[in-house]
Amino acid sequence: MKPFNYTRAATPGQAVKSIAGKPEGRFLAGGTNLLDLMKEHVETATDIIDLTRLDLAEIKETDDGGLRLGALAKNSDTANHKSIRENYPLLSRAILAGATFQIRNMATNGGNPLQRTRCQYFYDTATPCNKRAPGSGCGAMEGLNRNHAIFGWSDKCIATHPSDMAVALAALEAVVQVQGPDGERSIPFADFHRLPGDKPEQDTNLKPGELIVAIDLPPAKFQKHYYYLKVRDRASYAFALVSVAVAIELDGDTIKDIRIAMGGVAHKPWRAAKAEEILKGKAATVENFEKAADAEMADAKPLEHNQYKVPLGRNGIVRALRKAANLA
Amino acid sequence: MRRVDGLAKVTGQAKYAYEFELPNVAYGYLRTSDIAKGKISKLDVSEAEKAPGVLKVISHLNLPEMLKLKDRGEEPDGAEFAPFRDAKIVFSGQPVALVVADTFEQARHASHLVEVSYDKDDSKTDITKMLDQAKPTKENKDRGDFDKAFGDAEIKIEEEYQIPMEHHNPIELHGSTAFWKDGKLTIFDKTQNVYQLRDRLADMFGVAKDKVEVIALFVGGAFGSCLNVHFHSTLAALAAREVNRPVRLCYTRRQNFTGSGYRPETWQKFAASADKDGKLTAMSHRVVINRSSYEDYSEDFVQVSRLIYNCPNVRTTYENVVTDLQTPTPMRAPGAVSQMFALECGLDELSYAVGIDPLELRLVNYAEKDPETGKPFSSKALRECYKLGADRFGWKDRKPEPRSMKDGDLLVGWGVATGVWPAMQQKAGVHLVLKSDGTAHVTSATTDIGPGTYTTMTIIAAEYLGLEADHVRFELGDSSYPKAPAQGGSWTTASVGSAIVGASMAIKGKLLDLAKKQDKSPFADSKPDDLVLAEGHLRSKSDEKQSIPISKLMEDAGLKEIGETHESEVSPERKKYATMAHGAQFVEVKVDPDLGIVTVTRVIEVTACGKIMNPKTSHSQEIGGVVWGIGMALEEKSAVDHRYGRIMNASLAEYHVPVHADIHHIETLFVEEDDKIVNPLGVKGMGELGLVGIPAAIANAVYHATGIRVRELPITPDKLVAPRKA
Amino acid sequence: MQDPSQDPQTPDLSDDESALLADLARGGIHRRDFLKLVSGTGAGVFGMQLLAEQRAYADASSLTGAATAADPFTNGISIDLTVNGAAKSLKVDTRATLLDTLRERLALTGTKKGCDHGQCGACTVIVDGKRVLSCLTLAAQVDGTEVTTVEGLATEKGLHPMQDAFIEHDGFQCGYCTPGQLCSAVCLLDEAKRGEASFVTPDLSDPPTDLSDDEIRERMSGNICRCAAYPQILAAVKDVHSGHKTARTWGFANEVELALIRKELAHETI
Repeated sequence: MKPFNYTRAATPGQAVKSIAGKPEGRFLAGGTNLLDLMKEHVETATDIIDLTRLDLAEIKETDDGGLRLGALAKNSDTANHKSIRENYPLLSRAILAGATFQIRNMATNGGNPLQRTRCQYFYDTATPCNKRAPGSGCGAMEGLNRNHAIFGWSDKCIATHPSDMAVALAALEAVVQVQGPDGERSIPFADFHRLPGDKPEQDTNLKPGELIVAIDLPPAKFQKHYYYLKVRDRASYAFALVSVAVAIELDGDTIKDIRIAMGGVAHKPWRAAKAEEILKGKAATVENFEKAADAEMADAKPLEHNQYKVPLGRNGIVRALRKAANLA
Repeated sequence: MRRVDGLAKVTGQAKYAYEFELPNVAYGYLRTSDIAKGKISKLDVSEAEKAPGVLKVISHLNLPEMLKLKDRGEEPDGAEFAPFRDAKIVFSGQPVALVVADTFEQARHASHLVEVSYDKDDSKTDITKMLDQAKPTKENKDRGDFDKAFGDAEIKIEEEYQIPMEHHNPIELHGSTAFWKDGKLTIFDKTQNVYQLRDRLADMFGVAKDKVEVIALFVGGAFGSCLNVHFHSTLAALAAREVNRPVRLCYTRRQNFTGSGYRPETWQKFAASADKDGKLTAMSHRVVINRSSYEDYSEDFVQVSRLIYNCPNVRTTYENVVTDLQTPTPMRAPGAVSQMFALECGLDELSYAVGIDPLELRLVNYAEKDPETGKPFSSKALRECYKLGADRFGWKDRKPEPRSMKDGDLLVGWGVATGVWPAMQQKAGVHLVLKSDGTAHVTSATTDIGPGTYTTMTIIAAEYLGLEADHVRFELGDSSYPKAPAQGGSWTTASVGSAIVGASMAIKGKLLDLAKKQDKSPFADSKPDDLVLAEGHLRSKSDEKQSIPISKLMEDAGLKEIGETHESEVSPERKKYATMAHGAQFVEVKVDPDLGIVTVTRVIEVTACGKIMNPKTSHSQEIGGVVWGIGMALEEKSAVDHRYGRIMNASLAEYHVPVHADIHHIETLFVEEDDKIVNPLGVKGMGELGLVGIPAAIANAVYHATGIRVRELPITPDKLVAPRKA
Repeated sequence: MQDPSQDPQTPDLSDDESALLADLARGGIHRRDFLKLVSGTGAGVFGMQLLAEQRAYADASSLTGAATAADPFTNGISIDLTVNGAAKSLKVDTRATLLDTLRERLALTGTKKGCDHGQCGACTVIVDGKRVLSCLTLAAQVDGTEVTTVEGLATEKGLHPMQDAFIEHDGFQCGYCTPGQLCSAVCLLDEAKRGEASFVTPDLSDPPTDLSDDEIRERMSGNICRCAAYPQILAAVKDVHSGHKTARTWGFANEVELALIRKELAHETI
């Protein structure tokens, strides 16, 4: 870990100001990923702006009847917040699926979606990685890619995004509120993370020096039919091989609205748009679920060691849909 | 009995190697190689040396000459890895520089300022691509005529099995704290073998053995990873000498994967044939493991296919392949658990080929005598283990066809396997002091890596000295105490415990001598065997009333204490017998067939390993073995990218070991054996035994649940959702 | 050495026992409580020779090396915090974690380093009432907080019930993950009382305050025990959480059972 200048920000404005013009400056909140990466020498921050004392931990209703999650609210407080448990239970479940009690007590809502990939080549400075060292190549492409993407990858990067929370946020169509040198702006969650393309070093569409101040949830409508499925190599404390977030609005047994998002399959939380399209307006039946899952997975491009993610993703979508629609 | 060191452990007072408070401590931090094979073409430490707080950067460029010559010879094999010996790189993760600085943060940072370039050679690490280069590590004569019997057989199986490289991953990182004072080295170390380390360090630094003291009072898990001398120890000692300050050095978790060995990757081919009743007619078992390029390694000391079942025609071969990886290190149940995976899965497959129950197959081939030597067993209650386990488990309700048992949407599978581990004993020394106040003090240079040696030895001393356990103080983990073997091989209780028995007997003899000097001694004509030490008295076995307080004997003789140093030896009687510990392991799994998730819902492990000294800690050991088996079967794999010869998941986030949520009902039962032959205490080791059959039992249960035979561990969801075509 | 038959309330302490007491006192334990604590652990005072030895070594070790730099802390920062009830003010390197600060600066080595990357839970401590990982927390971040470590779990009344339950159920082997397990388990009790949910909570709108085995397992899953004392830890946590004794799942084959089996097998195996 390189020596760095440590400053504490008292306001978001001050934080944004402190980091301006420092390309290797980093905001520090929960620290669960940043400090990990700094010890691995993957992150080499010159300046740490400690956000711990910012007044951004509140969770409150928005004017449009949605909910605003303060960027510094802890994951554990968010998952256990009464209105989230009651109105956005999918988000609670997804948060609780990730990491551990200790880590969720540290991790923040702003930090969680900003987690870097857990790709082992990204983490190991002895191996090539275009995300860590642009232009060095992708070690995983021809290497151990059991955990890697089956959707939306590029010849530069096949990494996946590790967050569970972000998968639920994608399904719920959250909006990320940021404050930056040019003022405030809102980023729909679908546009928040990027596919790797030619610039895998950029995980998100945040501009340099921008700070997440809140994440807004639209008014709730998936309180009843939801499911977060996570398949991993052990029963707890492991990243997803595949995860599926499902939220359904049912009218009788007709699907009025539906959201399906997947984790562990792409560089960003993957909205299963094709499956959603097929199911909208249809009856909630296992047969339709299977048809939709097959259609979604037909576009998958698996690599040498992650071909299992195609049947697993397919089965995972069907299972999550069945659970959400009480057809399990 | 509750652990005597329990209080120390739950209050945070138990001190591990890295934790001893010393003034003016400096910190070491290692920089390790990025490549697996080649040489360092350039090493520039100038920036690191200039960094704040840095005291010294040690590398092959400035390794003291005497260390280069002293620490290992020139022979190609049998040479332990010696850090900084030269510019040659023999495995990825090899140390290339050690930075010593005032603080940990400074040392860690400066390690990244060391500039290293390499001339890289192609490395080879994939044994499955090099099976033709495998060399036998041991010559084994065939038993009977395998080729003919197997050729003639109608019912037979022949399959390949693979177990990946696995790492011990004790939660305590490997580390040391070392200092030199007046030419003497003291090192607090994470080791299972204080004498070995003492001797090695004395040799390396050219000092007398009594000028090195190795202390390992608590070891935060080891599982074999601390059986050998690793470079954290030698480099901490070196650094302390170089900077003339106490130095702490420990690996990072990533470095722990290349600094303390591992279970070798194992490729096996197992073939077996049987008659229509299930009687084995032939077995062959070929085992191939990997080794390093610089040091030979084998786990051939136990060859399970020769030991457990009656079979007239047996061929076993044990081979290794040179790879550009670090040398393996024994890891819990070395050799046995890997081979048992092939043997016990193979027999399960054979049971289906024959069409009989897999437990029945094992009973049909039960060995009443050691099938290899024809010697009788000193004790073997395996049949009872099978029966008791089957009863408790409800085995009779098992439907044999795969996928025939269900719990809702989940597939249920039941599997069984046998466990076996040799009951070994080594020479061991103790020093025992019995004091006139009725307390005793016992010392031995063994260690306690977690099995409860502190407690068990206290119990044994108390029993044989006739004292309450809380009047006995047992100390270990210091090379100034009498020599004891490494804590490994599950032989500690048999070895050190026997020495305590021997020392207690000698003390009894000395007390009898004192008793005989008393006026009108009731024991004037007694022999030691007629007497016991009980409740602070020297007492007649036949007549409890004939009894003299020990305190009186000692006071009358003007003695405050009686001491005895004793070294236990293996009794010659043992040689006439086969001495093994056995067990039967029954497993239930539930499998989600759509998602490939396996849950081990129930394990019943029945173990016959002689006498149980302390049920509480013994059961903990067996439970630990079961959980290790679950990890091995379902989760553990060190994934090597063979292009780089590098372990890619060198972390506890990506190398999965079981967590709380993975573990469900585990029942452990002991069938005690009365075995006076194996050693005076009648104990057999159990630390490894509990693990040995579990991976096979789980794989067999998964087959029974799903009809999918996974022969390559670990059985992760991918292998069940998208099984390899047979 | 004291006469072991003496009243446990008034023994003379051996040197190392005194040393242990002195160390425990840092965690707020007083002599009379220490004695209670000792008598409650079943086997008397285990030879705490290590503490005495440590002191001896500390005195003996050389101090003649290179002088320590006057201010060894790169970009040092002064922090004030409370550790186990005691106020601490110190200057730390900005890069120093809470874990290394506890262990290397405050001589509180009860908190363990198992991975240094948030992958094992051995470094779990309690900051302002919540369990967190000290390895991924900068010391600079905890300025002004209250930190409790394993050394601070016992009180004047003796061991925390969780500590005693861990000893009773043999909830450890090597003991290295134990401090983290204990801090987690102690927090788990409060989390349950507060109605916090876990991934396995069946109904999020009504999290149980009375935890099932699976709830406890999930909630303890952030603490890896490589010796694998999981069933025993579960039993310990369950005891304290429920207030009832937990049945053990281990035992011996009894003689009657064995005799029956042997008869059935018609085989007297030795």
